[in-house]
Amino acid sequence: MRPCLRLACGIALVAFALVAAATKMDAPADAAFDTRIKTLESELRCLVCQNQTLADSNASLAEDLRREVRELALSGKSDNEIRAYLVARYGDFVLYDPPLKRTTWLLWIGPFALLAGGGMLWWTVLRRREHAGRSTQRTTDPHAEARGRALLDDSDEPPHTG
Amino acid sequence: MKTVRWSIPLALFVVLIAFLWVGLGRDPREVPSPLIGKPAPSFALHQLHGDKPLSTAELRGKVWLLNVWASWCVSCRVEHPLLLQLAKAGIVPVYGLDYKDKPDDARAWLAQNGDPYTASIVDQDGRVGIDYGVYGVPETFVIDRLGIVRYKQIGPLSVESLQEKVLPLVRELQK
Amino acid sequence: MIPEVGHFALIVALLTALVQGILPMLGAAIREPRLMALARPAARAQFVLVALAFACLAWSFVANDFSVQNVATNSNSELPLHYRVAATWGSHEGSLLLWTLMLGGWSFAVTLFSRNLPAPMLARVISVMGLVSAGFLLFLLFTSNPFERLMPAAAEGRDLNPLLQDPGMVFHPPLLYMGYVGFSVAFSFAIAALLGGRLDATWARWSRPWTTVAWAFLTVGIALGSGWAYYTLGWGGWWFWDPVENASFMPWLTGTALIHSLAVTEKRGAFKSWTVLLAIIAFSLSLLGTFLVRSGVLTSVHAFATDPARGVFILAFLAIVIGGSLALFAYRAGKVGLGGTFGLLSRESMLLANNVLLMVALASVLLGTLYPLFLDALNLGKISVGPPYFDTVFYPLMAPAAFLMGVGPLARWTRTPLPELAARLRWALGVAAATALVTPLLLGRWSLLVAFGLFLAFWIFATTVVNLRQRLSTSPRRGTLAKLRANSPSYYGMVLAHLGVGVFIIGVTLVKGYEVEKDVRLDVDESVALGGYEFKFLGVTPQPGPNYRALTGKVEVRKDGRLIETLAPEKRIYNASGQSMTIAAIDTGPWGDRYVSLGEPVSADATNIHGPWGVRIYLKPFVDWIWMGAFLMALGGFIAVSDRRYRLALKTRASRVFGDAVGHAGAD
Repeated sequence: MRPCLRLACGIALVAFALVAAATKMDAPADAAFDTRIKTLESELRCLVCQNQTLADSNASLAEDLRREVRELALSGKSDNEIRAYLVARYGDFVLYDPPLKRTTWLLWIGPFALLAGGGMLWWTVLRRREHAGRSTQRTTDPHAEARGRALLDDSDEPPHTG
Repeated sequence: MKTVRWSIPLALFVVLIAFLWVGLGRDPREVPSPLIGKPAPSFALHQLHGDKPLSTAELRGKVWLLNVWASWCVSCRVEHPLLLQLAKAGIVPVYGLDYKDKPDDARAWLAQNGDPYTASIVDQDGRVGIDYGVYGVPETFVIDRLGIVRYKQIGPLSVESLQEKVLPLVRELQK
Repeated sequence: MIPEVGHFALIVALLTALVQGILPMLGAAIREPRLMALARPAARAQFVLVALAFACLAWSFVANDFSVQNVATNSNSELPLHYRVAATWGSHEGSLLLWTLMLGGWSFAVTLFSRNLPAPMLARVISVMGLVSAGFLLFLLFTSNPFERLMPAAAEGRDLNPLLQDPGMVFHPPLLYMGYVGFSVAFSFAIAALLGGRLDATWARWSRPWTTVAWAFLTVGIALGSGWAYYTLGWGGWWFWDPVENASFMPWLTGTALIHSLAVTEKRGAFKSWTVLLAIIAFSLSLLGTFLVRSGVLTSVHAFATDPARGVFILAFLAIVIGGSLALFAYRAGKVGLGGTFGLLSRESMLLANNVLLMVALASVLLGTLYPLFLDALNLGKISVGPPYFDTVFYPLMAPAAFLMGVGPLARWTRTPLPELAARLRWALGVAAATALVTPLLLGRWSLLVAFGLFLAFWIFATTVVNLRQRLSTSPRRGTLAKLRANSPSYYGMVLAHLGVGVFIIGVTLVKGYEVEKDVRLDVDESVALGGYEFKFLGVTPQPGPNYRALTGKVEVRKDGRLIETLAPEKRIYNASGQSMTIAAIDTGPWGDRYVSLGEPVSADATNIHGPWGVRIYLKPFVDWIWMGAFLMALGGFIAVSDRRYRLALKTRASRVFGDAVGHAGAD
């Protein structure tokens, strides 16, 4: 790699590092419990709102449920136990993170199955195209082929001057 | 045949339309109760009238309705005449859960509009409500002799819901 | 009087749209030039009529005509002028009229920029757009008439929802709809191609600029919506995977796949059927979104007031338009013919992979959005699918796509030898990995996720540099400026858009990785420290606004003792509706935002506003890079379409290829 380019990269890195240092964050130490509550509340649904989390809602039921969550957490219950407590009363609707059960199996597996399927489709299409290409390929003039390659490379460039 | 492959998008779309059509008839905000078939959460709360607390243990052995209401609730007025009729007919005792209300306001409201409740308990901070999965007012629960929740009516009772769901169930449970 | 003029204009517009939708298509089928020639005038007339109707509605709002139901429900005489105008599209009926106006506008644009399109093609394109317009006009006139009168007239309006009284309301819906509705052009081109039976690289060249412009507008529209939510909702969130947000994001994902697929079809004649299908899907998702938002099947903060009757109408419309298009596709796509061949490692294969990833992401978002409805319809209970699901699924799908963004532009068409590609990418890989590993440490806390996100972003930047360098070094011209000028706007558009993605990734990664929040009770003159900053609360004073009463707080932001900014978060109560709103105050900077909003007064006496208050403070590092990235993407799109080849080459090629055909009634 050319030396001046290397230098440029080095400068860019240093510059970014300086900027990054200027925006350095320190998370307050006492935040652990509050953060845990906030995270939990942001994954629970406010039942009376039009699609808001328990953390963000101003509804009176939301305040009551936040109080419940906090009390349960203070009494030593784990996140899973708190979630189970609410699900026992309100059903799975209250969880924004749908649990993995028989009825949600398709939901959770779906995207990955689709990805696998998509990958196979991609492979199959390529295979087919490659075979089709090979069967119709003819020998060409190597000089013309080189020019062709160059043209293909810069195929974004218009043939006449822009 | 090749056409099969090209028809897949159409087929998927037809399935989607079918679901959307059914979806039009559903209410996405209605939350069904997970308590159906499970024991009614126990409570021991003070009543609106009188000093004695009322607990679920005392209600074993009979079929009863728990109606969640409040003096600040507008929809409750819609179902109140039905509750009064129900009380007068004496088919099934109706207990009131006065939800997040001031007892004085509640008593005044009942005095003004009539009291259909065999007894009304006071749930000022809403904790018993949460145990029952209450998320709106009014709601009504049907509870059997063994203390199991059998049905939850979300929103005010109507003549249809009483005639088609609640009363037949109550009669069935009372046999 | 004016509302009646508007109503009448809509009726005539419907008739015009029917003419526009039926006759030119018929003319193309039976090769009748006079019927085909009706396309342009009909489309233009329809647009003028809808514009007239829109102007009448806007006028009713501006003039505070509360005898119009829509105005009485959504406006107020104290509402400032620009919000009265915005209130025109603040309701279901009004926004639907905006939709129809945009559709007419795009049709009008097609009549202007289509001089080189053969008549049958143009006729079919305009006809399809006419049929869609007719559908919307029917919907408006029969279920959602914005000109419904209120008798007796209200003395005063109920006011526009305070959440909408914001500059965001002036810009977000029109720009969003420009994009949303703009995909109808690509859709119409696709249908026209299927009907005409010919689908080739020229078709792609015509479709591409229309699609790119629509995509760019949609990008801006979504970004504006996200930014608006960020500063308006009070807790600094910028994306919630809410059904209505997803309704706009799904066409965007498809549109992105489409512009890449069109590139392959245009340059290599490959992916033809797939591109047509994508064009149909993109607009279908726009229509589906319209259904989801207005029918009441999904819950959202963003949904319009719903009515099952309307839902049924839109569903029927969806079934006919999309079902019809997909049926046509099933019937005709096989006859289109296979395109070129290419190898495993080639630009085509990379773009195909891009498409696969984007469409899998799309399918996942669709699945998550509709899954609660699926389960409910099958009586399998009610669940909620929210950010935890979408975040888990979406980011892993997009990461490889972001990686490929670096590989694709460097790959050759048809075939790229692996050693050559690897050699080009080696340096980029090193730089990206090194920077990604080091930067989180410098930002205060090392995190694998942050490092990974930064790696993707720097990978995109580094590969762009490699690409640019390679272009310049292989250019036959002399001088850097000449070399730069030799590249087309299309190329620079791509570069800018890809850089925009990198910038966006940095914003998302760093904000998610390092944002902090503090929810505290502050007495007057009390300070709290967060992340190197000090926030001093100076109390709250009442202040009147144009149509609201406000309690304005004062918070001083200091860093190292030096005063940086004085923020004024507010709590407003709007006079007409009595609704309250929390207005956050933000100190914006290129490296992050300081975000403050008021909670509630926490004195023993809740009405004492001069005592302590609950205050929420957020630090959002690099959050503005999110929208900056989106705007760069859109800008890239706009630059790309300014390429002269879309205008010049069209003329020469079209006249060469179609010169004969256009004259005769023969070939299509």
